[in-house]
Amino acid sequence: MQLVLLSTLPGFLALSYQFGWGTFINLIIAVVTSLIAESAILALRNRPIAFYLKDYSAAVTAVLLALALPPLVPWWVVVVGSLFSIVVAKQLYGGIGYNPFNPAMVGYVVLLISFPIEMTSWVTPISLLPEGVTHPGLWESLSIVFAGNTPVDGVTGATPLDLFKHSNGLVVDQIYQNEALFSQASFAGVGWEWVNVGFLIGGLILLKTRIFTWHGPLAMLGTLALMSILFWDGGSSDSPGSPIMHLFSGASMMGAFFILTDPVSSAVSNRGRLIYGALIGLLVYVIRAWGNYPDAMAFAVLLANFAAPFIDNYTLPRTYGHTDRRKATEKQEEE
Amino acid sequence: MSRTWETPGGVHPPENKSQSMTQSIGHLPIPGTLVIPLHQHIGSPSKIDVTIGQAVLKGQTLTRATLSNNLPVHASTSGTVIAIDDQPVAHPSGLTAPCVTIASDGRDQWIEHVGVTDFRRCGPLDLLQIITDAGIAGMGGAGFPSAIKLSPSKDKAIDTLIINATECEPYITADDAAMREKAQDLIQGIEVVCHILNDPKRVVIGIEDNKPQAIKALRPYIQESSIEIVPFPTKYPSGGEKQLIYILTGREVPSGGLPIDLGMVCLNIGTLIAIKRAVIDGEPLISRITTVTGGACGVNRNYEVLIGTPISHLLTHNEFDEKNCSRLIMGGPMMGFSLTSTDVPVVKTTSCILAPGHSEIPADTPAQACIRCGLCAEACPVSLLPQQLFWYAQAKDQERLEAHNLFDCIECGACSYVCPSNIPLVQHYRSSKGEIRKANIDKIDADNARQRFEFRKLRLEQADEQRQAKREARRLVTEQARATSNTSQPGSSAADIIAAAQQRVITKQASPEQQKAKFERALLAAQSRLQEAEKRLIEATTNGSKQQQTICSASVESARQKVDQTQYRLRELTD
Amino acid sequence: MIDSIAQQPMLAALIALVSLGMVFGALLGFAAEKFKVQGDPIVEQIDNLLPQTQCGQCGFPGCRPYAQSIADGDAINKCPPGGQNTINSIANLLDVPAPALDEEHGEEEEIKTIAYIREDECIGCTKCIQACPVDAILGAAKLMHTVIVSECTGCDLCVEPCPVDCIDMLPVVQGIVQWHWPNPPTTIDLIATSKMSSQEDAA
Repeated sequence: MQLVLLSTLPGFLALSYQFGWGTFINLIIAVVTSLIAESAILALRNRPIAFYLKDYSAAVTAVLLALALPPLVPWWVVVVGSLFSIVVAKQLYGGIGYNPFNPAMVGYVVLLISFPIEMTSWVTPISLLPEGVTHPGLWESLSIVFAGNTPVDGVTGATPLDLFKHSNGLVVDQIYQNEALFSQASFAGVGWEWVNVGFLIGGLILLKTRIFTWHGPLAMLGTLALMSILFWDGGSSDSPGSPIMHLFSGASMMGAFFILTDPVSSAVSNRGRLIYGALIGLLVYVIRAWGNYPDAMAFAVLLANFAAPFIDNYTLPRTYGHTDRRKATEKQEEE
Repeated sequence: MSRTWETPGGVHPPENKSQSMTQSIGHLPIPGTLVIPLHQHIGSPSKIDVTIGQAVLKGQTLTRATLSNNLPVHASTSGTVIAIDDQPVAHPSGLTAPCVTIASDGRDQWIEHVGVTDFRRCGPLDLLQIITDAGIAGMGGAGFPSAIKLSPSKDKAIDTLIINATECEPYITADDAAMREKAQDLIQGIEVVCHILNDPKRVVIGIEDNKPQAIKALRPYIQESSIEIVPFPTKYPSGGEKQLIYILTGREVPSGGLPIDLGMVCLNIGTLIAIKRAVIDGEPLISRITTVTGGACGVNRNYEVLIGTPISHLLTHNEFDEKNCSRLIMGGPMMGFSLTSTDVPVVKTTSCILAPGHSEIPADTPAQACIRCGLCAEACPVSLLPQQLFWYAQAKDQERLEAHNLFDCIECGACSYVCPSNIPLVQHYRSSKGEIRKANIDKIDADNARQRFEFRKLRLEQADEQRQAKREARRLVTEQARATSNTSQPGSSAADIIAAAQQRVITKQASPEQQKAKFERALLAAQSRLQEAEKRLIEATTNGSKQQQTICSASVESARQKVDQTQYRLRELTD
Repeated sequence: MIDSIAQQPMLAALIALVSLGMVFGALLGFAAEKFKVQGDPIVEQIDNLLPQTQCGQCGFPGCRPYAQSIADGDAINKCPPGGQNTINSIANLLDVPAPALDEEHGEEEEIKTIAYIREDECIGCTKCIQACPVDAILGAAKLMHTVIVSECTGCDLCVEPCPVDCIDMLPVVQGIVQWHWPNPPTTIDLIATSKMSSQEDAA
């Protein structure tokens, strides 16, 4: 778990460089809230506190939630999300190992539905800030987060996925020319591409250390790429965007390597994880392209969490000495 | 070189084999007493053949095989039988089992024995009988009687003989040492077995590539024969019979089946050497090679140990340091079990005595929650989902456990070894297997009981019906009789005869005195019965159950009625 | 025709709903026939879960009548020989919460016991033979009786009728053959809860 925490570092640094101090403040608030909530619930449940805090699972949940939240979001949003993640989504289901849903994503979805305005205003990437405007400093950021001061005009703006969602009948080329987010980008979308690259690096480190297998992330990214190739249609005004844009926008990389690899709530066998990952990739694309929300990682993961036991049921590996795979619910045949 | 297949999963624990291979196989002085468990194999126990105080010679049988699936045990040295009783044995339960204790006389005098001069002239059945009489059971771990394994089967001819020289468990080097030093015996053993099996098409020695010296030692002997040596990469647990068969042939033993279903037989190095000794030298199985190793032992070495030697005897000759020992293990660190006492004896399946230091195998750390990381599923050599099995084992969901193929688990311990949460997975599976087996036995018992209960109910009902029918028949007869008596001549029917007889009786005892005396006697008897019944009722009310009370009060009531009735008759008579 | 229906929303809705209802009704009816589950009647299934000691501790003359009674709505926690395991599996079958064993009917015993007749004291009265629900006692009038160990269910119905009290209920010997691996020591969270319950016991 410590390794998972460490490998979020590249993504975290990219976020902080592109969007300022906001993510760092989110992180602190989320971690502190989560640890307090976890300890309190463990105490109520009469469980040894130190023993469970040492597994870092609460910290991982908090960090993932904090990285998913928009920078400079009011402090109470972070607190509510962390509390919901730890208390409801994790501990009420029985604590670590027993939660059917990814706690961080449950918290995220609750926030997204409850506070849509706070949750959809993102900070503008550093290179696109208007002349004379900089990201707020640490002190100013704190006052925005805690005292509710509004940031200077131009500090918040749209994300690449937002632009495609509300394309107003423009064809892709026009979007690319008109919007600085794309026209100044290296390959996908200013700021976001590097955040995703950061998470990709972290994910590859985890893959190399065999914290998880390649099945889930590859299936998810593969399906997402496949779907966006199939529906790209060369750039008409209805196009949901290019494959590269989809792979390196929003929460794609973070989701692929840090969210859907949560072992507790995912499918268990490698074959199962392939299906599970593909399902998430599919859902992400479907919701991004035709749904109401610009990004869909959290929804897709939660929906796939629902399906995980079902996937498990049909993907038992073939055991030595058996001629065929069996379903978990099948009874032993008397011969 | 033959092709090999790779099993899924597996782990690479530190091998720790070199420390016990620095010296050749050693011999220990004969211990003062030897404790020989009577039951060292899978199968039914055998019948005891000696008495306390009897002098026995080395190699003399202590028990006699009475059925096809049991094996005799033999005295490992000469001496006197001093006890036949229950002693602690090498078993994970730490329970006792029947043993023969022999006080050795130090002379180590052999019983007269002679081997077969030319085994090629003997029929397979004769050789199998020799193997059975020598008490040879699989020495790899399970202790399956070897003769049964080698017996010709009606439906399947054996065309492949696999010699398991894998020894994949860390620390253990008994087979490695045997191959290096007793290669000739081994090859002769193989030849004997080949003769028994009527020269199988393929004879293959499966060996991990971490034993190059053993391979080198065997090479000269096999050059002219058809025996193959197939080395393959070291990986735990390649030495499981089913895993080895897959590695060497790419075929899988069907679930619940045996290698013989594929026409294969798999034997262990130690077993083959024992077979050679039994057939060619006429010596029964009374000793085996055992590795004594671990950081708490000053000397790490293989020994030729007499069966029945107490572990404590082995340890004292190896500079055992009890303070430095974290636990005492019989078998390897992966599949062995902890011993609770050092008094237990070495048996036919004891391949290793491991006394690791505290740093080598530390005490168990508390298990954390399973986060379903899936490392265990990747390590599992039979492609189970250990995390799911653990889940259902905790929930005691036996149906799901069986659906997830719990009984295909070979209990190799690879899952427990890789578990980051330190969950003792294999223990959960063993316990669940035991519970399921017990539940199945209970189920059979319950079905049996139900059948007997239903049968009894049926029987009682039938008896009741028969009684009813008889009563009915009697009633019919009387009615008929009455009907006939009204119409036909008197004295013709049964009822009339009875009536006449009763009349005769009454006239016979016509005298009122006689009748009065009779009734008085009856009254007395009835009164005493009433007293008796009342006494019982009092007793029952003070310390009996409700049911008893009702029975007693009913009997009191009936006794009282009897008294009243007699009194009434008596009064009638006197009036 | 279709046009006129389409112009009258009431009628259109009515027709749509009725036809939908008919189609799905037919589908359901077909499915009910086609995929009919040919299972044991519930009494059989409950009877299969009961331990078949036929001891009558539940207040019924045997396991089958109790199974019948459970099927008719009786409590499922009246079987001490089956204990909590049986209660759990019946609860699972009937999909009801599993209550604790009703102590009124007796306590669950850890170790199974079996009847043994002290044979030199037996007077041959046959009372125990009549009491045994599974015909597990062998003997005849004025001849010594003995228990067929493998058939005895341990119901102890024979103990009481014996006029000379020569029947003992002895625990079944747990030898090395019957032994199976115990559950591993519980994980740390279970230790905490068991600590809690032992505190409650102490209090």
